[in-house]
Amino acid sequence: MNRRHLIALLIGGSAAGGAIGLARAAAPGEIQIMASKFEFTPDTVKVKRGEPVTLVLTSIDRIHGFKMPDFGIRIDVMPDEERRVTLTPDKAGSFVFFCDVFCGDGHEEMSGTLVVEG
Amino acid sequence: MQNTDRRDFLKLAGLAGVTFTAGLFPGLEVSAQMAPDFHFVQISDTHWGYKGPANPDAEHTLEKAIVTVNGLAKKPDFIVFTGDLTHTTEDGAERRARMKRFKEIVSALNVKDVRFMPGEHDASLDKGAAFKEFFGATHYTFDHKGVHFIALDNVSDPGARLGDEQLAWLAADLKQRRPDDRIVVLTHRPLFDLVPSWDWTTADGAKAIDLLMPYRNVVVFYGHIHQEHHHMTGHIAHHAAKSLIFPQATPGTQPRRPPPPPFDASLAPLGTRDVSVSSTVTMTELPVTRT
Repeated sequence: MNRRHLIALLIGGSAAGGAIGLARAAAPGEIQIMASKFEFTPDTVKVKRGEPVTLVLTSIDRIHGFKMPDFGIRIDVMPDEERRVTLTPDKAGSFVFFCDVFCGDGHEEMSGTLVVEG
Repeated sequence: MQNTDRRDFLKLAGLAGVTFTAGLFPGLEVSAQMAPDFHFVQISDTHWGYKGPANPDAEHTLEKAIVTVNGLAKKPDFIVFTGDLTHTTEDGAERRARMKRFKEIVSALNVKDVRFMPGEHDASLDKGAAFKEFFGATHYTFDHKGVHFIALDNVSDPGARLGDEQLAWLAADLKQRRPDDRIVVLTHRPLFDLVPSWDWTTADGAKAIDLLMPYRNVVVFYGHIHQEHHHMTGHIAHHAAKSLIFPQATPGTQPRRPPPPPFDASLAPLGTRDVSVSSTVTMTELPVTRT
């Protein structure tokens, strides 16, 4: 299946500098995910099929990766910087995401699940 | 050497394991002038320094495997370690201490032509710096009895990339080869997308496979997944080896890669591999200790 035809994907980054938006509420349609050794917070993200959602990723310690092969998504997750990924899930189910930048002894357990409802 | 001969001497040595013969060099025209057969041993994923329930005998497994390899009735021409020599640590001094101790232990091998390659546990946190201090280059080539060996590094980049520079180096090396040359590629991670959702892949491995594809007699030996596994990309065979520390789950059996299963010695989950090379390849999986 050619997901490029099914998923609107936008990857963007913005240097946040200083007080990045970890504490502020996510904007409508945005879900914030924080990466740290060796977990994503939250590690389960629920979205609805057919509705655009933007994942806002940042790290609190070091560079990590965010990879979700089922949607063809992978980006570096940087300390003190927000990276955005927008997608419109086209089918329901549970889809794994994980860190793909080796980050230490717990790296192999650093993963989460995108749950697409509906 | 014929396959039956290989089995015979392994039985005589009490080391017979599972033998797997593959059409290693499908494009090869066997000639009387072909260089004599040889064999080498692949050892992978020793993870020296690991402590945990996945291997209650972790401090002794490597030494036992060395006894097994030293006991082969016919000494291998060389031995190659395909990565994760040591278990990862964020302490650079401890990383070097583990590499030093690992090197001391494997010096007991009675074969002195030993080649080392890094895994992500050795190299990804410092881009291969400590590995190079102890073992030299992380990617290189060598030739043995008419076979060209290429060791590729897909771990020094923490994002599991070979990188454009190494790919250009590979392309330049391959330009010197003839289409029917016998080529053996050694690497740590699978070059192909074995299970992308478990990160069992190389980010730009497909580019390496594309470069290798014009050559008719190519085989890849790798580690990383801690189990025997065989896969074809076109005419190129990829063979994963067992580890010497703990087994991993069968590829793709769960959405997320699960932790190592409980250690069960009766399943013979650990071992090394003898590879006999002629017009074909014969792989014999060797258990850790004599049976």
